[in-house]
Amino acid sequence: MSMTTPRIDSGKLGELAATPDGRGAETVFAVSDLTVSYSGNVALKGVDLAIQKNFVTAFIGPSGCGKSTFIRCFNRMNDLVPGARVDGEVLYHGRDLYGANVDPVEVRRRIGMVFQKPNPFPKSIYDNIAFGPRILGMKQDIDERVERTLKHAALWDEVKDRLKENALGLSGGQQQRLCIARALAVEPDVILMDEPASALDPISTSRIEDLIHELKNEYTIVIVTHNMQQAARVADKTAFFSVELREDGSGRHGILVEYDQTTKVFTNPTDKRTEDYVTGRFG
Amino acid sequence: MSTVTPDPLAPAPIDRQGIRLGDVLFKGIAFVAAVGVAAVLGLLTYEVFSLAWPAIQEFGLSFIWTQGWNPNSNVYGALVFIYGTIVTSFIALLLATPLSIAIALFLTEIAPGRVAAPIATMVELLAAIPSVVLGLWGILVFGPWVANHLEPWLQSWFGFLPIFSGDPSQAGILPAALVLTIMIIPITSAICRELFSRVPRDLSDGSLALGSTRWEAIRRVAIPYAAPGISAAVLLGLGRAFGEAIAVTQVIGSGNTINESLFPPGDTLGSRIASSYIGASTAIEAQSLLYLAAILLVISLITNVSAQAIVNRFQKARRMSTG
Repeated sequence: MSMTTPRIDSGKLGELAATPDGRGAETVFAVSDLTVSYSGNVALKGVDLAIQKNFVTAFIGPSGCGKSTFIRCFNRMNDLVPGARVDGEVLYHGRDLYGANVDPVEVRRRIGMVFQKPNPFPKSIYDNIAFGPRILGMKQDIDERVERTLKHAALWDEVKDRLKENALGLSGGQQQRLCIARALAVEPDVILMDEPASALDPISTSRIEDLIHELKNEYTIVIVTHNMQQAARVADKTAFFSVELREDGSGRHGILVEYDQTTKVFTNPTDKRTEDYVTGRFG
Repeated sequence: MSTVTPDPLAPAPIDRQGIRLGDVLFKGIAFVAAVGVAAVLGLLTYEVFSLAWPAIQEFGLSFIWTQGWNPNSNVYGALVFIYGTIVTSFIALLLATPLSIAIALFLTEIAPGRVAAPIATMVELLAAIPSVVLGLWGILVFGPWVANHLEPWLQSWFGFLPIFSGDPSQAGILPAALVLTIMIIPITSAICRELFSRVPRDLSDGSLALGSTRWEAIRRVAIPYAAPGISAAVLLGLGRAFGEAIAVTQVIGSGNTINESLFPPGDTLGSRIASSYIGASTAIEAQSLLYLAAILLVISLITNVSAQAIVNRFQKARRMSTG
């Protein structure tokens, strides 16, 4: 069986993407021919894709399709995995993220990340938000910054009377919104979210989705989800990843199958595999 | 009258069928083992105190703060040995704690697996060296090195401090403290390594994703997370240092005075008991040595109980904050 990776012309995507409110006109990330492997095993192969400014871009696909691997390339979190290797090019505002003189620590200061499982530090709510600003030396008006950030993340009213309490005392949904607030506190350019609602109940999930809608005017958001409805609800554009068996039988890896405006991906996909997946026929 | 025919498919009656021998045996053995250990501890404490009782009656509590030990003139006091024990253990801890944390961080955060595993094994094997062998090494190799190199060097740089004054000596408080350092590093570093390896990956990833460096993630997330465990590890190391007798006896010399310098010989509670008990010439000397043993026992018990209390209090706090 042979499957081919479709060629996607990232230049054209920009044109058909911009929305009437002006979001999406600019490209934040331009990825070309990206391949990620762990200790020699290819996990994701040959991805080309561009991410637009102030868009919410969703990555969907079955388990093992490399979508979480992919999102971790944008803030160089894969660098921390022993044996991980990233080939190809990721341009961030035109600069090569994997260039020789790029400091991954600086990259992560501009590109924030929210993880699958809420991971607040076992410190007070206040200290969680102040953590990033403190290490980045934004020492003035921390009180004010904490308040502004928590309001921004729509968490202020719930926690304003207990800022000194341990963040682990919050509910799971509140913890995750605290983690989003923690990422916002350092004023990033992009926020990466790796299945941010997969461990949460439906009400907390909808709160997170509301928050994503509010944040997209100021931030570029990339979200990995295996909940297709969630992608349909929050994303301007959606990328569908799938698993490809290698022809020589040496295993499998993820590939990008289709990347387009969300409505197009869900209602009129170009690729048969996308259609099977979004209509629930995926084996 | 009606007869009830038993239904062959019905389950067997649930009434008790008699004694289950295995259960009873297991309970009995477990109970005896648990009570036995507690009883040994209690009996041992009682024996030490009752054997020391004549000395306790003779000298009273002032034994603790009396300086001097002279069987000929019947002068017995514990202060020199308590001082020696505390000073050697404190120096050992002061050196071993940062070294252990550094070793643990190197093994868990920095070294790749194939380097970390053999080094970790070697550090732990340090604990397998019999203390008498370590003591011999202390006499033959380490003591001369301290006297010929380390102490002159300390004196040339920090000679203005009274603790580094006087003549260098092969046997003394300082070499004893350094041998103790070597002895407690395996314990404290192994515990610290375990603590750091249990810091959730989520937390350090969260810190790194905010743009912290590796060191900032360690300092602001991993170390605070492990801190209560580290203090318990330090107290356990302290317990070991207090109790160690043989190796200390071999390198501390033997002294009956408290010196402000760390160079001259001294004695700890453990080393004095180990070196003098066999040769005790009078009953009151033997009883005084047992009084020293009682003091050592109390100090060690307090240290270990404190270590447990710290761990318990912290676990309770963590349960409350997550629940």
